[in-house]
Amino acid sequence: MNRLWWVCAILLLAASALVSAGLVPPYYIGLMTEVMILALFVMSLDLLVGLVGLDSLGHAAFFGIGAYVVGLMSLRGVEDMGVLLLAAIAGGFVLGLAFGSIALRALGPYFLIITLALGYLPNALAIRWRGLTGGDDGLVMLGRPTLASYSLDSPARYFFLVAVVLVICVCLMQAIARSTFGYGLRGIRESPVRMTALGYHVWTYQYAAFVIAAVFASVAGALNAGYNLFVSPVDFGIERSAGALVAVILGGAGTLIGPAIGALAIMALRHSIGAVTQHWPLVLGLFYIAVILYAPRGLAFGLSDLLARWRRR
Amino acid sequence: MTLALEARNLSISFGGVEAVRNVDLRVTRGERRVIMGPNGAGKTTLFNLLGGQLRPTAGQVLVGDQDITALPPWRRARRGLSRTFQISRVFLPLTVWENLLIAVSGISGFGPRAFRKAGADKPAARRIDELLERWSLGEHRATPVQALSYGVQRLLEIALAFAASPQVVMLDEPTAGLSTGERAMVASRLKSLPRDVTLLLTDHDMDVVFEVSDRIMVLDRGRAIADGTPAEIRANPDVLDVYLGNI
Repeated sequence: MNRLWWVCAILLLAASALVSAGLVPPYYIGLMTEVMILALFVMSLDLLVGLVGLDSLGHAAFFGIGAYVVGLMSLRGVEDMGVLLLAAIAGGFVLGLAFGSIALRALGPYFLIITLALGYLPNALAIRWRGLTGGDDGLVMLGRPTLASYSLDSPARYFFLVAVVLVICVCLMQAIARSTFGYGLRGIRESPVRMTALGYHVWTYQYAAFVIAAVFASVAGALNAGYNLFVSPVDFGIERSAGALVAVILGGAGTLIGPAIGALAIMALRHSIGAVTQHWPLVLGLFYIAVILYAPRGLAFGLSDLLARWRRR
Repeated sequence: MTLALEARNLSISFGGVEAVRNVDLRVTRGERRVIMGPNGAGKTTLFNLLGGQLRPTAGQVLVGDQDITALPPWRRARRGLSRTFQISRVFLPLTVWENLLIAVSGISGFGPRAFRKAGADKPAARRIDELLERWSLGEHRATPVQALSYGVQRLLEIALAFAASPQVVMLDEPTAGLSTGERAMVASRLKSLPRDVTLLLTDHDMDVVFEVSDRIMVLDRGRAIADGTPAEIRANPDVLDVYLGNI
């Protein structure tokens, strides 16, 4: 699995080199930026699904709050991306505290259903509260945020911002996964009964993980708003939550890098096949089936087995 | 004599069935006490009542002189009461070292220190090494538990319960499913534990029971029918009746 991290780090470095050399057309820079944002969002969900074993169908709520915080503040004249990101983090934190305290009253399938229901709340609010959110039409931001008077208004510059934020977030998430706390979360996933007998207050751990995952998701949402210069109720949508859950499972839950690869694979397939036929969901479906048949624990495990076999040759 | 663990008039009923009836148990500090009884006698239920996994319908549980009847399991663990499970509850995808890390970190609670890199805490790392040594798990430290034999998993199950240096450890059939050789090994390990820890255990293996125990309590259909030294229990006609009566 370590090898996969290296492969992805090298890919990111290579992409950055190509972008800074001006060898990548803006369309593809944008695509790579989108992949990184999606990867961050999906990894944040993996903290919950993979580490603690809490399957959530409402994670887009936190992506959406990050996006809307940026959209609303930007329209009120806040231009600095640093400030916008911090505000988005605060938004994700507060909403995570609120939703976590409700959702974690139940576990298993019930947790899934409660998160699904909670996920609809901000979605409905964004549609109904037209005065604030623009309703279905969403909010169109008037200019791209800057970073301490440094313009981010080119695909390459925004690409680098997203890359840096992604790397910082990945390092933080890895540090969490490898901390004593991270192992506590895995223990809870495997046997909550044993964990309580060992002196763990399981709920506190789950709640902390929920809030942390919410914060990282809100960062992804903020980056996405700054990229699209547009936020809409779709950012809160169930499709986004469900898609992320699929990417986590497809990529290999609990590995962080796996879900990122899952996000990359889904985006790549959607764009390459979407260019040829509008029936791309059909092909995506076949891809899911193939992964489940040939790499049931997820792409990450399939790929790292493949890498190991290839090295042995 | 100071008591390490005490149950007063402990009862629980499920529907109309009284699984544990008015059980009084007084375990002194450092004692090795065995709870014996045929299947369905209420041994595991009694453990669950003492460990907090179940709440009694009547009676009290005390650790030292503190009433812990109302405390949830995680608070009991922090008072020094630990346990193993009849069916192993180890963390299968994780390595032996990671399993022990989780076990030693449980009672220190949730705080900023928990976000340090696993193993960075020197006392915790030393404690894990001690445990690996004591329970002969050193050679498996980096092996995922699911790749280990049942016997080794069982040993880890026991090691987890001792990880946080508890005062009282309840072992629910520690040798269940083990080979004769492995049972003898577990028994000798338990026997060689320092006397500052109090043991309460159940087992079906009479060799283990008589080798380890200072005193034995016999349960039958939820009731304590005898309590005494191994010699007294061997000679007790009621006990013989429970074990041999229906032949």
